[in-house]
Amino acid sequence: MREPRKWDWTAILLISPSVAIFLGLLVMPILVVLVLSFGERAEAGGYQAAFTFAQYANLPARWAAFRNTLTLAPLGTIICLIAAYPLAYYLAVKVSARNRLLLLVLVIVPFWTSFLIRTYAWIFILGGKGIPALLDAIGLADVRLINTPFAVLVGIVYGYLPLMVFPIYVSLERLDKRLLEASDDLGASPRRTFLQVTLPLSAPGAVTGCMLVFILLMGEYLIPALLGGGKVFFIGNALVDLFLQSRNWPFGSAVALSLVIIMLVTVTVYLRMTLKNRGLRDQALV
Amino acid sequence: MDPRKEFIKQLRRYQKGSISRRHFLGVTGLGTAMAVMAAEIPGLRPRKAWAAGSIGDKVSLATWPNYHDPKDFDAFTAQTGAAVEVSVFGSNEEFLAKLQAGGTGWDVFVPTNYTVSTHASLGLIEPLDLKKIPNYDIAAQDAKLIKEGTVDGTVFGAAKDWGTTGFAVNTAKVKENPTTWKQFWDLTQSTYSGRVTVHDYQLTTIGNALKYYGYSFNSNDEKELADAEKLLMAAKPHLFAITSDYQPAFRNGDAWLGICWTGDGKQLHRDIPEINYVLGKEGGEVWTDFYAVPKSAPNREGGYALINFLLDPKINATEVQFHGQPSTDSRTDKLLPEALLKDPIMYPAAELLAPLEFGSAATFTNPARAEILARFKAA
Repeated sequence: MREPRKWDWTAILLISPSVAIFLGLLVMPILVVLVLSFGERAEAGGYQAAFTFAQYANLPARWAAFRNTLTLAPLGTIICLIAAYPLAYYLAVKVSARNRLLLLVLVIVPFWTSFLIRTYAWIFILGGKGIPALLDAIGLADVRLINTPFAVLVGIVYGYLPLMVFPIYVSLERLDKRLLEASDDLGASPRRTFLQVTLPLSAPGAVTGCMLVFILLMGEYLIPALLGGGKVFFIGNALVDLFLQSRNWPFGSAVALSLVIIMLVTVTVYLRMTLKNRGLRDQALV
Repeated sequence: MDPRKEFIKQLRRYQKGSISRRHFLGVTGLGTAMAVMAAEIPGLRPRKAWAAGSIGDKVSLATWPNYHDPKDFDAFTAQTGAAVEVSVFGSNEEFLAKLQAGGTGWDVFVPTNYTVSTHASLGLIEPLDLKKIPNYDIAAQDAKLIKEGTVDGTVFGAAKDWGTTGFAVNTAKVKENPTTWKQFWDLTQSTYSGRVTVHDYQLTTIGNALKYYGYSFNSNDEKELADAEKLLMAAKPHLFAITSDYQPAFRNGDAWLGICWTGDGKQLHRDIPEINYVLGKEGGEVWTDFYAVPKSAPNREGGYALINFLLDPKINATEVQFHGQPSTDSRTDKLLPEALLKDPIMYPAAELLAPLEFGSAATFTNPARAEILARFKAA
């Protein structure tokens, strides 16, 4: 028996790389951002030491960016979920084992080329010579798609769908098929079986998928920049502007920190709401 | 196709001007990625070491979109053995922001006239060692265009070319033949709603909104800037895009009217003759771009060698014919085709040039202007 209080050097040694990475790449940068956010913009841009809450007081100036992010990110997540669930269900339950691998590979294939280039392709699909030209040919003149919130939403769903499909697929695939038989034996309709057995048991996958998509979307920069034409502005775009154009590091830091706080609060509330009373909290998130 | 090949394919398309530039390379971070990929392009790989090792095997250049003929970089590599790594940016703020943050790795970059003094006073660029740039003959340059390359008697920038900021009009769609900024902004908010682009750049977008009221392009007056902001906010719902990367939107037929620089105007007109380039009668901006060497340049010698190479009148003439911005160098002009020297886009009539202003350092660094553009974009 080992003394409980004694230093376990092996454990410390094993855990130290993670701690170093955690401190160096997460805690330190956040502290730097925190300090910067109380400073002032230097004359020619950058940071000048100070202690002021002016940057936080100025946050409403970026209200539109917060609003866009906080509406389009959840909306995109929900559409991804609605689109991904049937696909994941089909892949996990309906399709034959032989075709399954092929179909799964097809979901992954887009990742083989740069996300940027795929998003770029949408500029041409949604631009004047793309879908609007086709619609024009069938009599729907002057439809504008590119550089609208709709275009950004299309880009979001296109880009993030696979991230939603896989966690749901995994949870459905692990689902114990005997439970479905039992439900059937006990006289439940297929619909009821789906609602009372399949859906609750695949919830952890859906929750994980939503978290993945939502968290990444909150920091999204590329899709609004390319498909929103600089008109549909996310916090990510506001941040790039603040650091790379107006060189206002303190205000940029305040915006960044606010984003982190909003994200933490949203995710915590969301997890509590979705996992509470469902006995899911103990289950590993895929 | 593997992503790397795909990337190079896209890169070549970008170089031909058939797809977009700024977002593709600059803000997305692909400017850096492109620099890495440049090493993979066989044409840019060192072929023959000339005075081996003297300037290293690569020179890093930070520049503007559609601003160089790639063949000239190939020629530089063939001559010196050093490959040119190119990163592309769309605003002077980005150059300054990156240099202030440090660690750019650039040997040469291309700041505009009104930013040279700021870079110099912040100690970000070095006084040019003119002995290393024998091809830059100051006597042969247009003195009034290059004066801001010199700060307190010290030369910090070697002039690359000059140009103006006007607007592009697709005359097949826009029938009003607009000739003023007043018309530009009025048409934006009425007939051509949803068809107009403005730069993602405070200096030009705010400057030309100021011209609507007849104010100075360089105004830093609080009330005048407030008027300009009001106009921008009113125009915003009518814009197609806020981007310095507007060529694709014009080529696609999505945009019909938009703030535009000389070279983009020339390139668009060359490929699509009905797209015209117009200078607002009220005035606007005239500018000069300079080659400068950051103090942090890892390969100074290479940087100087590249500047000297590109300012060779023969090479410069091929550059001018590629990017469509007029040269400041009379020796280069002698090598250009007669037709180009008479081109009204590159060399506007004297009465259109007369009211144009050079941007000022105070206009560029004014935090109030930066914040107005940011609010306009975030609105």
